Amino acid sequence: MQVDQLYQEIILDHYKHPHGRGLREPYAAEAHHVNPTCGDEVTIRVALDDDTLSDVSYDGMGCSISQASASVLHELLTGRDTGQAFAVHAAFVELMSGRGQVTPEEELLGDAVAFAGVARYPARVKCALLPWMAFKDAAARAGVDVEAGNEDSNERSEVKTA
Amino acid sequence: MTSIAIPPGMPQYDDVPRYDVEAVRADFPILGREVNGHPMVYLDSANTSQKPRQVLDALRQHYERHNGNVSRSVHTVGTEATEAYEGARAKVATFINAPSPDEVVFVKNSTEAINLVAYAFSNASVGAGGDPRFRLGPGDEIVISEMEHHSNIVPWQLLCERTGATLRWFPVTDGGRLDESGLEELVNERTKLVSFVHMSNILGTINATARITERVRQVGALLLLDCSQSVPHLPVDVVDLDADFIAFTGHKMCAPSGIGVLWGRGELLAAMPPVFGGGSMIETVAMTGSTYAPPPARFEAGTPPIAEAVALGAAVDYLTGIGMRAIQWHEKELTAYALDALETVPGLRIFGPTVPVGRGGTISFGLEGIHPHDVGQVLDAEGVEVRVGHHCARPVCVRFGVPATTRASFYLYTTTGEVDALVRGLEQVRKVFG
Repeated sequence: MQVDQLYQEIILDHYKHPHGRGLREPYAAEAHHVNPTCGDEVTIRVALDDDTLSDVSYDGMGCSISQASASVLHELLTGRDTGQAFAVHAAFVELMSGRGQVTPEEELLGDAVAFAGVARYPARVKCALLPWMAFKDAAARAGVDVEAGNEDSNERSEVKTA
Repeated sequence: MTSIAIPPGMPQYDDVPRYDVEAVRADFPILGREVNGHPMVYLDSANTSQKPRQVLDALRQHYERHNGNVSRSVHTVGTEATEAYEGARAKVATFINAPSPDEVVFVKNSTEAINLVAYAFSNASVGAGGDPRFRLGPGDEIVISEMEHHSNIVPWQLLCERTGATLRWFPVTDGGRLDESGLEELVNERTKLVSFVHMSNILGTINATARITERVRQVGALLLLDCSQSVPHLPVDVVDLDADFIAFTGHKMCAPSGIGVLWGRGELLAAMPPVFGGGSMIETVAMTGSTYAPPPARFEAGTPPIAEAVALGAAVDYLTGIGMRAIQWHEKELTAYALDALETVPGLRIFGPTVPVGRGGTISFGLEGIHPHDVGQVLDAEGVEVRVGHHCARPVCVRFGVPATTRASFYLYTTTGEVDALVRGLEQVRKVFG
């Protein structure tokens, strides 16, 4: 396997120059997730303006994949309404669970398509998903119906999130 | 030219036992494979070691020729299996200089060995009649260290929760050694057990045990040493160590997974209540109550990992054939080489002793600004297999203020060429993330 499939330029760029990093106020809820196997951590805060995610702020410590993923998440989801945000969420989870067999929806996923290569490295899928699972938790705590429009959520809840 | 006379009694180069590393490597079929198009450079033996053909043959031969259940059959293969299983116990006893094979209890791994002792304490603490040395309650103390693998932390935390005893620990110095400055206060008349690691799985530190052992004896506590990383790599002599229990695991010493050892002083094992109940561990069973077999059978309920134990015996034969002193020296020289070589990598910081004294061939490090997961991933692309993460010793990572480290660990088959491959791989890592 070629390691540059994993470390796409886009991922390294988000890692070295993260977008929107730092925890901001005000926020509706936050969630802190840890990957117990490697100690990577991420905290996600969501701020809501009615149904719109007015801000998704984050902080964390970990590998390039988990931290770049948080940066991409911030960029993709901030400003969206929650329904759209969870459509993106579902598409990202599907991409990461696809073992490299899923063709990413570029329009929906934007920079997150760069993570397609990560799906081929089972040991790293959890890194990429860490911020997304924390986001889902934070949104649920903020009162967002996170299961709406996400029909096979039961199957996906198998993804371990600490 | 002036010549320097070496004083009599000083060790000479030729005094050190040596072996042919390439010949040893030829015994390990997996070392011939490739990873991602490169010859595999396996630097993760502290995690699990590779297995020589001699051990794999023993495993296969047992199943092909001698498979029967142990300790309960009158038939031929059952008798052969029992002899092989007990023979392995005797080999292990000799390997660690245990006074008797009956002091060797086969378990699944070091984790089970340590938990077994913890639960024996627990069982002796409830109800009456437990041996006072194993009885714990509020006011009693157990002492561990900050350097422990989770398997020598969590069982004691759980035991303290069950019994009300207090858990205390030795800190670790900046140099990655046990801080014994508080020894007198830390190990005191309230201490019932001291349990610490002989060689750290993350820092590579080999702990000097004598001072602590002396104090443990003074206060009348018991001493358990986690020898998971020492028994595979250097000569370990339980009499010389003057421990009460040691724990180690087969898969780190050329044997299969699923077999480990709790060694305990015979007299202490005899005073310990059983932990698992079932077949093989009993003397007689009635519906109204049972009596228990003497050790080691008392602690080996149910059908044990027979073939794995036999293969552990073969691993002991293999290691003894090469010589534990020779293996220790090989790794010492390799460690000295690696410490020098790693020093040349810009931004690299070693966690643990930076000199090849009082340490083994397990080296943890950080590369400035690059997460260990990323280091491990790029190294893997170059065929170099290292472990990244907290190595089940999270308190050590916290101690040094890092979430994780990259760890290269050596064994009898590791070469200086492989250390060079690691250093080249680290250059590649810096290129990708630079």
